[in-house]
This record gives sequence, structure tokens and C-alpha cells, in this order.
Amino acid sequence: MPDIELTNISRHICSDINLKIDDGELMVILGPSGSGKTTLLNVVSGLTEYTGSVAFNGKKMDGIDASRRKIGYLFQQLVLFPHMDVRRNIAYSLELKRLPSDQIEARVNELLKLTKIKHLASRYPKHLSGGEKQRVALARALALSPEVLLLDEPLSSLDLQTSKYLRMELRQFQKTLGITTIYVTHDLAEAEEIADRIAIIHNGKLQQVATPDEVFFFPHNSVVSDFLGAPNILVCQSCRELEQGVVEASCGALSVIVAHEGNSVNRLAFLPRDIFLSDNRPPGPGVNRFEGYITSIQYTDDAVRVNVDVSGQNLVAEVPYHLFEDMGLAPGKKVYLIIKLRRIRVYDCSCSEKHKTGHFKPGMTAGVNLAGSVHDEILQAKKLN
Amino acid sequence: MVKIKSILTRLKPGWGLIPILAFLLLWEVSARLNWVPGQIHFPAFSEVVKEFINLASSGALGDNFAASLFRVIVGLTAGSIAGIMMGIIMGWNELAHKTLNPIISLFLPIPPLGWLPLLMLWVGINNWLPITIIFISSFFPVLYNTVAGIKSVDKDYVKVSRTLGASDFKILTTVVMPLALPIIFTGLRLNAGHAWRVVIAAEMVAIPTGIGALMLRAESLIRIDIIIVCLIVLAIMTFLFDKLFGFFENRVTARWY
Repeated sequence: MPDIELTNISRHICSDINLKIDDGELMVILGPSGSGKTTLLNVVSGLTEYTGSVAFNGKKMDGIDASRRKIGYLFQQLVLFPHMDVRRNIAYSLELKRLPSDQIEARVNELLKLTKIKHLASRYPKHLSGGEKQRVALARALALSPEVLLLDEPLSSLDLQTSKYLRMELRQFQKTLGITTIYVTHDLAEAEEIADRIAIIHNGKLQQVATPDEVFFFPHNSVVSDFLGAPNILVCQSCRELEQGVVEASCGALSVIVAHEGNSVNRLAFLPRDIFLSDNRPPGPGVNRFEGYITSIQYTDDAVRVNVDVSGQNLVAEVPYHLFEDMGLAPGKKVYLIIKLRRIRVYDCSCSEKHKTGHFKPGMTAGVNLAGSVHDEILQAKKLN
Repeated sequence: MVKIKSILTRLKPGWGLIPILAFLLLWEVSARLNWVPGQIHFPAFSEVVKEFINLASSGALGDNFAASLFRVIVGLTAGSIAGIMMGIIMGWNELAHKTLNPIISLFLPIPPLGWLPLLMLWVGINNWLPITIIFISSFFPVLYNTVAGIKSVDKDYVKVSRTLGASDFKILTTVVMPLALPIIFTGLRLNAGHAWRVVIAAEMVAIPTGIGALMLRAESLIRIDIIIVCLIVLAIMTFLFDKLFGFFENRVTARWY
């Protein structure tokens, strides 16, 4: 399978885009609506004119028609041919190649089996559910064994559960076939779940290309950070394992307890909406509970973002407008913050053993070496979160 | 209300015949009892049926009907084929559309019978006159519907076909044309009925044979029964042509729409 190299691509909103996608990689193009994601796919597929250069395995594709680029393209609306049954939809590209009918039959059967839709072979698209249509569209796109697979928000029209299930299946197909894939979405969770790397695009410009973790923990700029939900990112200096799967990380003046398998914590990230903010001392366990003073307040479209100084560390919490109005928050006011334990993301790199100060030793029963009160609080906090 | 509904439900599927039978009965009774005002005798339905049998057995109805049918079939087929061909070119090729559309838009509003005086001079008073009129009356609407049908096909179908390796010609013939069929068929159905109305009018004005000419002769002889026979034939043929195209449309598109 080829690697893909885009050099100085400009088309419509997209300007001067440079991107290299490795052989067999699943690259997610992530960005809000109208940011140029689909335009970029159309450039790679050859369905639109562009300036710049597209190369597959170093071979320039510019000027080569979409029909000869050896691509499989799954459109957002799937666009199954309504006048053909499932079998003919899948066989369409093979028939165009004028392959012998027994070869076509064999390939179609293989794809029907791969995508688990053998029982739907004689149905017309109008009699298929959203998930079934998606599988047919995928089988059709794979019929000619394309070298590059382009997926334009293929799951956006499905319900959450089906979408999640098919996402995993898509990823499995992609891994099995080792096909270089570009997957377009505006959904961060979807991107993180499926991507080898994510390319964030905004207003036609690439903002950052990195692994999902790198994007989240090391956003290049405010555009990326805002798109991710403006996460709070804490740089941690040390950590200690409290028990199996529970780590206390020291990040500046803050000591944060996180659910984490491993003995090193480099950074923590959590979204402003994952912090409870209260103007009264809240009852309950004291895990990940901090107090600080409001430094500033920002009004966004959806909620109010409150900047709180916690022992010299700035944390941003999000408060819905209807609650904000009743709370009477203002700069200088003392507030209490609780970070949702389960929402804290941990970036785990090469935190050295010297930082590990916990008493845990292999073979010890989890929890034995924890102070009882802390252990109980963690359990309670887990329940509450 | 519920009772009437349940009766109607039980009468299905032939309940639609009841109003027609009631109308025919009313016609028969009102004609026999001279309820219809006017000096001229208004024939009862039974008299019309009797005249229909007379005309059919004498061959007069058959000959005139065959003449009209031939004109309709030839004119409609030629007009539709030409309209579809031209429509495909205009619908598929933007340059052709931009070039020809202003001209088509100029001719489209002219009623088909408006061409009659000109065609009488150009074509002459012969069999080709009604055929040409029907050709014109079919050509423009079919063309219009074909262009609309092709242009209505979602561009994503074209794109996906291209990524699947289809040439322009293959995209047109295997994807765009089939997807445009429902709209093209709508045009054909409308024109099928329209062609019969046009042929009758053309025959009345200028041609000595055909159902229209028969009606005109009956009018001069004050034979209302013959006129009604002709009108019934016209109604039946319009209905049948509409159903015929509806049947074809259903055969082609029912499974996928």
C-alpha cells in the first residue's frame, strides 16, 4: 500500500497544505464543518482540481483521473445506487473492468462475507438499515482492492451505538487489509478512537498533525486547544502509585489522584466541563478537590468559562449559563473545584523510577498500603464521578 | 361516519366503478325522460353503445381510430426519443445546456396548435401534419423533463462512480440515466395523454381522417351519439396510454424507489 504525500495543496478554503501519510496508516482529518476536510479528500481522490501535488509512493498523481487512482471512497451519504441490489452495487466496479463473471461472483461473495452482509445480497438499498448501507458502501469501495481508502464521515448518519460498533469494525478491516486510509470527521472522540494520527484542520489550514495523545496533551496553538474543548493541562513532576490502578500525581502545587495503570505520569488533561465549580464548600470526599480564587470570566456560546487560581496554577472550569446566573461569581471570589476522576486523561511517557514514591511493592494486596481514609475517599469519588 | 368507512373498505378494490355505473344510469334515465334541455336530441347511453357497435361493425370507427393511433404512436415516439436524446445532451453537457436552453425556452411556451398554420404551409395537409404537431407537443415537455431528471441526480453518484472506475459514458448510461428515469417517465405519461388531445384538434382542423375528423363530420350531421362515441374513445385511449406508461415506470423503478 502506498504512502501519500500532499505538497502545497490549495483548493477552495484549503491553502498550502502539506501532509504525509504513512503506508498502512489511518490518518484522521479532524475539524469543524466547513474547514476543508472533504475538499482535502476530493483532492486526494482526484475528484477536484487543485494546485500543489499529490503523490502515492512518490509517484505524482496530479492530472490522473479519479477512476485510475486506485482509491476506495466512502461518501458521507454513502450514495449506494438505488437501482441496483446489494450484489450489483458491490459488483459495479468489477463489471466496469470487464472481469470474467466467475471472478466477479467470487470477489463479491468474498466481500459479502467480509462485511457480514451475505444475507442482504439481493436486497435493494431502500430496504437496508443505516448500518447495513454502511457495510454495503464499504464492500463496494473495497471491491477493486484499492490502495487508498478515503472515508468522509461515514458514520455520521448512524445512531451512537451502531456508529461505535462499526467504527471498531472499520478499524479492524483497515488493520487487516493494511490499507492506507484517510478518515474525515468532526468528532473528536471518534478520531481518538480510530486514528493512528490526527491532522487538525481549521479554516483550510492544517494546525497540527500528531498522535491522538500528543494532540490532546500538546496542542500546538489555541485553535487546536479550543477545538479540543480547551483542556486544562497540568505538567507533573512526580507520581506515586497508591494502589493498583490508582496514582497520585504531583503537578506543580497540585496533587491529583488519577485512575491509571502504570507508574509514570507526565501530564494530566481534563476539560473545563469536567470540573465541578461551587461557591460553597461541597460535602463528600476530598479527592481532587481544590479551592482557589476567580481571576477572570469568559463568556462563550455554550457556557461561561471561569479561570481560577489554585495555588498559583490556573484551572479553567465551565459553568452553564443558567447556573452561573444564580451563583453570583466574580473575579476575586473564593470557589471550590472538584475534578471528575474518570475524566482525567493521563499522558504517560518516561517518568523515571525515582519519582515513584509509593509504598506499593509487587505482590502486595492493593489497598493495603493506602491510608484507609484516602482509599475510602477514592472509592467514594469513583462512585460520584 | 365509521359505518361508511367500513362499507367503503369492504367494497375495495372495485368500489370506484360504482360512481361510474351511477353516472351511466343517471345519463340513461335523464336522456330517456328528456331532462336535458335544448332542441337537439340528447342520446341515452344505450343509444351511444348501439352507435358504437354500428360504427365498429361498419369499420368507420376502426379506420379512423387506426389513423389517429398511428399518428399518435409515430409522433409521440419520435418526439419522445428526440426529446430524451436532446435532454440527455443538455442535461449532461453544461455547454450544450447553456447554448441551447435560451432557444428552447423561447419555443417551449408556444402551444402546439399554434404551429398549425405554419405547418399547414410547410408540411402540407397530409398525414405528416398531425404527426409533426404531436412531435412538437411531445418533444419540448419530454426534453424539459429529461434535462430536469438528469440535473436532479445527486452529484455524489457521479463522483462515487468515477472513483469506482467508470468513464463519463458509463456514468451516464449506468447511473445517471436510470436515476433520471422517474422524472423522464412523468414527462412521458403527461405527454401520452396530451398527444391524443393534440391529434384530435389537428384532425378537426385540417385532416379528413381520424377520430377528430369523424367528430367534425358528426357535428355537421348533428350526430351527438357519434361525437360522444369519439369522446369516449378519446377518454379511454388517454387513460390507457397513461396507465401503460405508469405500468412501465412501475416495472422499472418500483423496486428501488
